[in-house]
Amino acid sequence: MWKELLFRFLIGGTLVSVFAIIGDLFKPKSFAGLFGAAPSVALATLGLAIVRDGPSYAAIEARSMIAGAVAFFVYAYCVSWLMMRHKVRALVATSVCMLMWVVVAFGLWFIWLARA
Amino acid sequence: MTKIVVDLSSLRQTTWREYLKRFLVGGTITAIVGIIARKFGPGIGGLFLAFPAIFPASATLIEKHELEKKRQAGVNGVLRSREVAAVDAAGAAMGSIGLVAFALTLYKMLPLYPAWLGLSAAVLIWIAVSALLWKIRDVL
Repeated sequence: MWKELLFRFLIGGTLVSVFAIIGDLFKPKSFAGLFGAAPSVALATLGLAIVRDGPSYAAIEARSMIAGAVAFFVYAYCVSWLMMRHKVRALVATSVCMLMWVVVAFGLWFIWLARA
Repeated sequence: MTKIVVDLSSLRQTTWREYLKRFLVGGTITAIVGIIARKFGPGIGGLFLAFPAIFPASATLIEKHELEKKRQAGVNGVLRSREVAAVDAAGAAMGSIGLVAFALTLYKMLPLYPAWLGLSAAVLIWIAVSALLWKIRDVL
């Protein structure tokens, strides 16, 4: 259990760092921002799920990820709007909009995936 | 039309402490997602594969770097730094549509094709969809 968690931690930390560094390299910022939605955690988690639990298990995770990614779109749009229109601090905007992610992700899950 | 530039100097703006922070946050979130999937199943666990875990730290960092840059130039850059972080977030919104395509590709391909092929195709589709949307927005 602890060994697996440590492995997840190392793989996840590495992938997140690599995608973040790639994002840092690019200009303009709107293009670099694409890497803010890089599938770093997803690659680490799905890769390990395929090895441990098989592709069918990972496919179920991927299906739910569609809802999570739609929620990410709403979240990022909300952050951008708050900061551009209302000049809110990054920490405040990214924290407040987290609620949007939770509502949209779990809302979609209940409406679409829980019944499937 | 906006030109995409690789700027190595931006790497020097980030301190080792900030790199370490990203590593720790990314690693911790990946470990937590694994625990959630074990406890609540892959249906709920999968939602968190697109959780914006690292995003607050990145946006705060962008705002901070831009503010430092403006202060060095002798300008109060509070509003400008927030605009720059907002533009980055708009880019992430486009990237998240690519993330939908990434997840959809894996959902369809994993049960039928070898895992390496599904993962490779999904990454390529993520970058292609994201970059295409960015380009369309840039042209419009």
